[in-house]
Amino acid sequence: MPNGALSIVDKAAAPAAAAPFVDIENVSLRYGESADTLAITDLRMTVGKGEFAAVVGPSGCGKSSLMKLVTGLLPPTTGDLRVAGARVTGPLKIVGMAFQNSTLLPWRDILSNTMLPLEIVQPHRNRLRRNRKEYEELACNLLATVGLRGFEKKHPWMLSGGMQQRTSLCRSLIHSPELLMLDEPFGALDAFTREELWAVLQDLWMQRRFTCILVTHDLREAAYLADVIYVMSARPGRIVATHRVDLPRPRTVESTFDPKFVDIVHKIRSEIAQARSDDRQRTAAAGAA
Amino acid sequence: MSPRAFRRLETAMPWLVIVGTLLVWELAVDLFGIRQFILPAPTAVYAALVQYHEPILASAFFTLINTLLGFGIGIVVGLLIGIFIGSSRLAYAGLYPVLIGINSIPKAAIVPILVLWMGIGQPPAITTAFLLSFFPIAVNVATGLATTEPELEDVLRSLGATRLDILAKVGIPRSLPYFFASLKVSITLAFVGAVISETLASNDGIGYLMLQAASQFRTPLMFAGVTVIAAMGIATYLVCVFIERRFTGWATRKQTMAAMGGG
Ligand SMILES: Nc1ncnc2c1ncn2[C@@H]1O[C@H](COP(=O)(O)OP(=O)(O)OP(=O)(O)O)[C@@H](O)[C@H]1O
Ligand SMILES: [Mg+2]
Repeated sequence: MPNGALSIVDKAAAPAAAAPFVDIENVSLRYGESADTLAITDLRMTVGKGEFAAVVGPSGCGKSSLMKLVTGLLPPTTGDLRVAGARVTGPLKIVGMAFQNSTLLPWRDILSNTMLPLEIVQPHRNRLRRNRKEYEELACNLLATVGLRGFEKKHPWMLSGGMQQRTSLCRSLIHSPELLMLDEPFGALDAFTREELWAVLQDLWMQRRFTCILVTHDLREAAYLADVIYVMSARPGRIVATHRVDLPRPRTVESTFDPKFVDIVHKIRSEIAQARSDDRQRTAAAGAA
Repeated sequence: MSPRAFRRLETAMPWLVIVGTLLVWELAVDLFGIRQFILPAPTAVYAALVQYHEPILASAFFTLINTLLGFGIGIVVGLLIGIFIGSSRLAYAGLYPVLIGINSIPKAAIVPILVLWMGIGQPPAITTAFLLSFFPIAVNVATGLATTEPELEDVLRSLGATRLDILAKVGIPRSLPYFFASLKVSITLAFVGAVISETLASNDGIGYLMLQAASQFRTPLMFAGVTVIAAMGIATYLVCVFIERRFTGWATRKQTMAAMGGG
């Protein structure tokens, strides 16, 4: 099968709606050999199909490592990961990803940067040459929905950081992946641009309903975007709390002043503070011993 | 001084320095009565150039061909080695020390060995030019490949990209500026290699011509030879600069724009 080990595109083989799309069972991850390089331990987490999940936690708790595990870029040390019902044994092949730095290619213009995945993912890869016009239109339309109409022929360095990040988002979605992984995609942006892009991302998600896992430091961002928020402990990371965010969509900046919203953000903040102080006590105890 | 006049002076500076040096040189030779076989005056060098232009041109052409052939092989081999060690950690670990070793051997010491294997004349000249020129290319291309952002690699791998895909879409375009920058260094080294070999083991070429002239104390002719080598070196260097500008504008345009913005 051209799409590799996973049958994400094969609707017939897709699991029932109730079955989780991403299923992480007791996963642990160790970098290197010694015990203190344990990055993730006993992690359990499930994300339903079409669900928007956010992962928050103290710095260095293993959030980025978790992304690599789910996408199959790193094998877990122990435990089992399933995506779309299939065990993850290698890179997933059609996942969309975006990071804090936009990682655009400086020698390509915005349009061809956006179209990069089409040059790799099947069946687009084989069809691209003959249906170039059609695909370019697809990319232009996507760029237009994030407010980048007219910038197609510009090069990345002519764009602001926020615009580069929008491009990166388009690049991660151009091939209509069923799974989108975002690692602090708006981390380097100013508060206003960030809130603008929350709305952009939410719109895209509401139109396309891909499954999304978002790693973020910003608790308001998590509560604005996600259906469910996972809180991780300090290193070695595991899930210490799960919150459902039952606010109606589309959410707006107004929603962030909703008492329910404020409540969730407060709760998570105190949980993370707790996780960090637990960690400090543990290191202190270990140092004393 | 107005900024405009300053900029004009800036572009004129190299020429002013050259003309100034030649003038001082000419005057000094005249004034101190330096004999021609020690240091010929620029006018004497020019006279030698005109008088012997036929053998000089023929030798120069021979040297240029050797240089370009060696440089061409250097590009191909340098690229291959660079891509190989830049994209595989094992290849890097195994080959890099060996490359450093090869590069640190004075090439003049190798020419006799080459002569033993291939005779004198063109083959050792081409080989020496190649041996000197491939190294900067290999190292630069490898560096360019090694600086690929790991996150970009993650993005591509999670799309199912093979290593070859990543090399073609990211690695090679990213290392192109490094590659073109290394051409400038390599072409100059290729000249050095060809001339060394011609001086030691050849019956043709600028190197041989100069050796002949030296044995007959025809110093103006030697200087004419040096002048021609310098001119060819500068010309080929400029061609490389032009190619670099043409193909890797994206790597420098950002700075140019910033500089323009700053006035
Ligand atoms: N390649 C690696 N080799 C060894 N240790 C690593 C490696 N990558 C990450 N780690 C360690 O694993 C832990 C988790 O790293 P990770 O990057 O997943 O954290 P994070 O939660 O994303 O942090 P941040 O919020 O600061 O981005 C860290 O303590 C880090 O030191
Ligand atoms: Mg991280």
